[in-house]
Amino acid sequence: MNFPVMKAFRHPIPALSALWLVLVILAAILADLSPYDYDIQALSEAYRSPSAAHWLGTDEFGRDLLTRLIHGARTSLSVSVTAIAISVACGMALGAAAAWFGGWFDRAVTVTVDLTWSFPEILIALILVAIIGPGTTGTMVAIAVAYLAQFTRLTRAQILTLKGETFIEAARSLGAGNTHILTRHLLPNALAPVLVSAMLATGDAIILEATLGFFGLGAQPPVPSWGGMMSAGSALIFKAPWIIIFPGLMVAVTVVAINLAGDALVASLDIKAKLRGPI
Amino acid sequence: MSDLLSVTGLTKRFQSGGGLFQRPRAMMAVREVSFTLARGEVLGVVGESGCGKSTLARLVLRLIEPTGGELRFDGTDLRALSPAALRKMRQRMAMVFQDPYSSLDPRFTLAQILAEPFAVQGQTPPDPGAMLETVGLPATMAQSHPHQLSGGQRQRVGIARALALSPDLVVLDEPTASLDVSIQAQIVALLTRLRQDRGLTYLFISHDLGLVRYFCDRVLVMYLGAVVEVLPRADAPPRHPYTAALQASAFVPDPAQRRTLAALTGEIPSPFDLPPGCAFAGRCPRASDLCRTRRPALDQGPHPVACFHPLKD
Repeated sequence: MNFPVMKAFRHPIPALSALWLVLVILAAILADLSPYDYDIQALSEAYRSPSAAHWLGTDEFGRDLLTRLIHGARTSLSVSVTAIAISVACGMALGAAAAWFGGWFDRAVTVTVDLTWSFPEILIALILVAIIGPGTTGTMVAIAVAYLAQFTRLTRAQILTLKGETFIEAARSLGAGNTHILTRHLLPNALAPVLVSAMLATGDAIILEATLGFFGLGAQPPVPSWGGMMSAGSALIFKAPWIIIFPGLMVAVTVVAINLAGDALVASLDIKAKLRGPI
Repeated sequence: MSDLLSVTGLTKRFQSGGGLFQRPRAMMAVREVSFTLARGEVLGVVGESGCGKSTLARLVLRLIEPTGGELRFDGTDLRALSPAALRKMRQRMAMVFQDPYSSLDPRFTLAQILAEPFAVQGQTPPDPGAMLETVGLPATMAQSHPHQLSGGQRQRVGIARALALSPDLVVLDEPTASLDVSIQAQIVALLTRLRQDRGLTYLFISHDLGLVRYFCDRVLVMYLGAVVEVLPRADAPPRHPYTAALQASAFVPDPAQRRTLAALTGEIPSPFDLPPGCAFAGRCPRASDLCRTRRPALDQGPHPVACFHPLKD
């Protein structure tokens, strides 16, 4: 990433969003440094409201909420980011192949994509978790498939536009083969918009992961996930509201931060696109 | 001079439409075009937009597959070549494109753009700076991206890329059409110099008759996919009424020499639905009933023309 992209984060809101994301990621990486364990129960400490010892209070088993929250960040972020990465890789391959080969293959891919597009993502994800079984692998695959259509569609559209560019014909006139044109011209030029949309989709994926966790289909206890914590807290919303409020806030603030940072990225890349420059 | 390129009966038919309830429609983009191009010659191809001249350029380089006809490059039948042999043959023929804005990959640096011809042919690229200098650009530009360049500079890069593998034939597809007039002159001067230095052969596609007259040895005039006249010299007086009309519509820089423009009347017939006779008959002041029923063929002679009532020399 060069200078103009960094410029997008000079303004306070994108900068704060990026800072928050860095903090959450750091917390997820360094989660083991917490003085508490996320899975050791201490029933005598249950239902403590936020205090100096437990900054965000404790849950119904007396576990430190902040510790569980940052361990939950580990689960939520790794599941969403991995799922989106799988989705982007498969979607790009599928979309590029559809645009490149055309014909019946393109029609088959387009029809399938349009069909899955017409279902809510949560429905696709629920069906897949039901097939694969609950747990982190199940949710990961479910989220990856739920967003596959989006990246397939976007890549296909990008490649179709790029295919008509004269520089592709120019490469062909020099004797370039299909592999060269695909890997050196088409995919690199299609990458930027796909990556930006992947970043925005990661926000949605975090919500989807939390939703599946809320239904008890995500990471299984005692491993914490933000959705699972909210689910446990929902029964205690009047007795110990902090148990549901903090994971909920965590999801909301993180997703908003991703969207704001993503928007800034889109804006900065658009300027570059007008100049027809590199990323 | 031996013929570098010989084209016989080259035809391209495009099909479009053809769905569930629609019959496919066929369009003859290039119809039975024949010509030879001698080594070192500059052959111009002129005609209105949509007359098939760009398609002809791409057919000659086999960027589009012809429907019929023969294509010989330096004695080799281009249509019989295997994909691998054709790829190798592409070292000897190159193309400069009309739009210098979309003919360069925006992500590449100039050095990468100029290295590409060598990379795809499995050769080690030489110093990009020297290649830039042959087209009049500073060697220090090698690390720039196309978006940092003006249209004229980009077209120079396009020319440097076309000449990278030292081709014999260069097809120029309206290389100056999207440039300012002052830049056009520079590009034409550059092309002239490179031709003299390297003994290049040009197929020069253009709609600018003035430019063609200045730059070309012979000129093919195309109308709706077919050659209607071959001017043996660029300044030869036209024999076909269409060529005469084209020349009359050309802008004369000297106001004293300007005449009233004899605008062509009538519509160009749809290429999907050509009339049975001469394609130009509907717009031609000299058309007779014969022209509307039979299609004239290109006669053989020192100044071939496809017309029943040609103008006198």
